[in-house]
Amino acid sequence: MTAQWSSAAEFFHMSGYGFYVWGSYGVALVVMLAEPLLARRRHQQALLQAGRMSDDEPLDKEQA
Amino acid sequence: MRQVFLCVLLRDLQLAARRRVDALLPLAFFIVALSLFPLGVGPEPETLRAIAPGIVWVCALLASMLSVGLLFNADAADGSLEQLLLAPAHAVAVAAAKSAAHWLLTGLPLLLATPLVGLAFGMSGPAVLALMASLLLGTPILSLLGALGAALTLGLRSGGMLLILVVLPLATPALIFGAGAVGMVEAGLSAEGHFSLLGALLVATAAGAPWATAAALRISTE
Amino acid sequence: MNLMPDRNDPTAPRPASGWRLFWFAAPSRFYALTNRLVPLCWLVAIGFAAAGLYIGFFIAPTDAVQGDAYRIIFIHVPTAWMSMLLYLVMAFWAAIGWAFKARLASMVAESIAPTGAVFTFLALWTGALWGRPTWGTYWVWDARLTTELILLFLYLGYIALVNAIDDRRRADQAGALLAVVGSINVPIIYFSVQWWNTLHQGATISVTAAPKMASTMLTAMLLMTVACWAYAFAVVFMRTRAYILERDSHTGWVCELRQRRIER
Repeated sequence: MTAQWSSAAEFFHMSGYGFYVWGSYGVALVVMLAEPLLARRRHQQALLQAGRMSDDEPLDKEQA
Repeated sequence: MRQVFLCVLLRDLQLAARRRVDALLPLAFFIVALSLFPLGVGPEPETLRAIAPGIVWVCALLASMLSVGLLFNADAADGSLEQLLLAPAHAVAVAAAKSAAHWLLTGLPLLLATPLVGLAFGMSGPAVLALMASLLLGTPILSLLGALGAALTLGLRSGGMLLILVVLPLATPALIFGAGAVGMVEAGLSAEGHFSLLGALLVATAAGAPWATAAALRISTE
Repeated sequence: MNLMPDRNDPTAPRPASGWRLFWFAAPSRFYALTNRLVPLCWLVAIGFAAAGLYIGFFIAPTDAVQGDAYRIIFIHVPTAWMSMLLYLVMAFWAAIGWAFKARLASMVAESIAPTGAVFTFLALWTGALWGRPTWGTYWVWDARLTTELILLFLYLGYIALVNAIDDRRRADQAGALLAVVGSINVPIIYFSVQWWNTLHQGATISVTAAPKMASTMLTAMLLMTVACWAYAFAVVFMRTRAYILERDSHTGWVCELRQRRIER
C-alpha cells in the first residue's frame, strides 16, 4: 500500500495490537455516528411536536 | 451578619438536641457501614489495616451526604427558609450557619469516633492521628459542599441520589488528599504535602462555598 | 431565509452600536444561522479527520517501544483534551446565560453536556485499550485516568440536575452554578498529575520541555484535535437546534416552520 504497510493484512494486524487499535477507533466511530443521528432524530421529533400543545396545558415559567 | 449566623446555628443545634436520635443517625450509619467491610472483605488484619483510611473516608463522605440532604428541607417546608432569605445579605450567613451546624452534628461525632474505628481496624497510633487530622480538615469541606448540593437540589423529587451524584465529584480532591495523607504516614513518609493541600482546599471551600450556596438557595426558592 | 434585521419586524431588537453581538442571541436567528453552519462544520471535521488519520496511520512511523499500539494516541489525546475543554466552554455559556438572562446561552450549555460526556467516555475507553498492551492493565487508578472518570461524573451530575428540574429557568441557573463550581475543580484535577508518581506518561505536549514525539505524530494529533473540535460544533449545534424547537414550541416562527415541513 505505502512505504509503511507492505499489505492490507499487515495494516489490520497493527504489529499484533490490532484488537486494541481497531477496538478504540471502532467504538469512537460508532459513537460519533450515533450521537448526531440521535440529535437529528430529536430535532425531527421536536419539529413535529411543535405547536401541537393545546391551550389547556400549563405553560412553564419560561419568559420569551 | 454575625447575628444571623449565630442565630441560625444555635437554632439548628437546639432543634437537633430535641431530636437526639435523629441527630445520631449519621454516626450510627458510619459505624454500621464501616462494620460491613470486614464482613465483606474478610478479617485479615493486614488487609483491613491497608484499606482502613480509604473506607473510613468513604463512609464519612457517605454519612455526610446522606444527612445533608435534610439540611434545608424542614425550613423550606414550613416557609421559614424564605423568611430567612428575605434580606439578600443574610443568605450567606444562613448558608454558613447551616454548614457549620451540619459539621457539628455529623462531622464532629465522626471525628470523635475515629479512634475506636482505628482500633477496630488495627491501625497504628500515628496512622490514627493522621486520620483524625485529615478528617478534621476534611469533614468541614464535606459539610460545605454538601450544603451547596442540598441547596441546588432543594425540593426535587430525586433529591437524595441526585445530591450524592452532584457533590461526590466535587468532594473527590478532598478524599484523595485526605486518605492519601494517612497512607503516606502509614508508609513512613511525610504527609506534609497532602495536609497542606487539604488545608488549602478547606480555606478555599470555606471562602467560596457559602456564597455559592446562598446563590443556590436564591435560585431554588424563587 | 433572510437573516438580516427587518425594520418592520416587531420582535427585532433596536441595537445600539456595539450591541450587534447579541443579534444572534435570539433563538430564531441562531436556528437560521446554524442551518448553514452545521454542514460546514461536518465538512471541516471529516476533512481534518481524514488528513490526521492519513498522517497518523500512513506517514508516522511505528514506535520502537510500543509498536503500532501507540496509534491510539491520535484519538485518545484529542478526545481527552476536548472533554476538558468542552466542560469549560459549557460552564462559560451557562454563566453567560445566568448573568445576562440569555436563554440561548443556557440552551447551548445544556446541549454541550452530552457531547462532553461522550468525549470523556471515549477518552477513558481508548485510554483503557491503550493501557492494556503498554502497561499491562486495562484500568489503573492513577491521577490522570481517575480524574477523567471524575470529569465524567461532573458531566453526569450536571445533566442529571438540569433534567431533574422542571422549571426551565431554575434549571438553567442551577446548572450554571454547578457548572461554574465544577470548572473550578477542573484545573485542580488537571494539575494533580504533577503530584503523583503514576503510570501515565507526562503531558504529551509540554510548552516548556522539548516535544517527546516525532513531528509527524504531533501534526496528526493536532489535525485530529481540530477535527474533534469541528465535530463538537456540529453535534452541539444540531442538539441546540432541537432544544430550541422544544423550548420555543409555542412560538409563531416554530409553528410556521412545522407547517412548511409538513407541507413538503
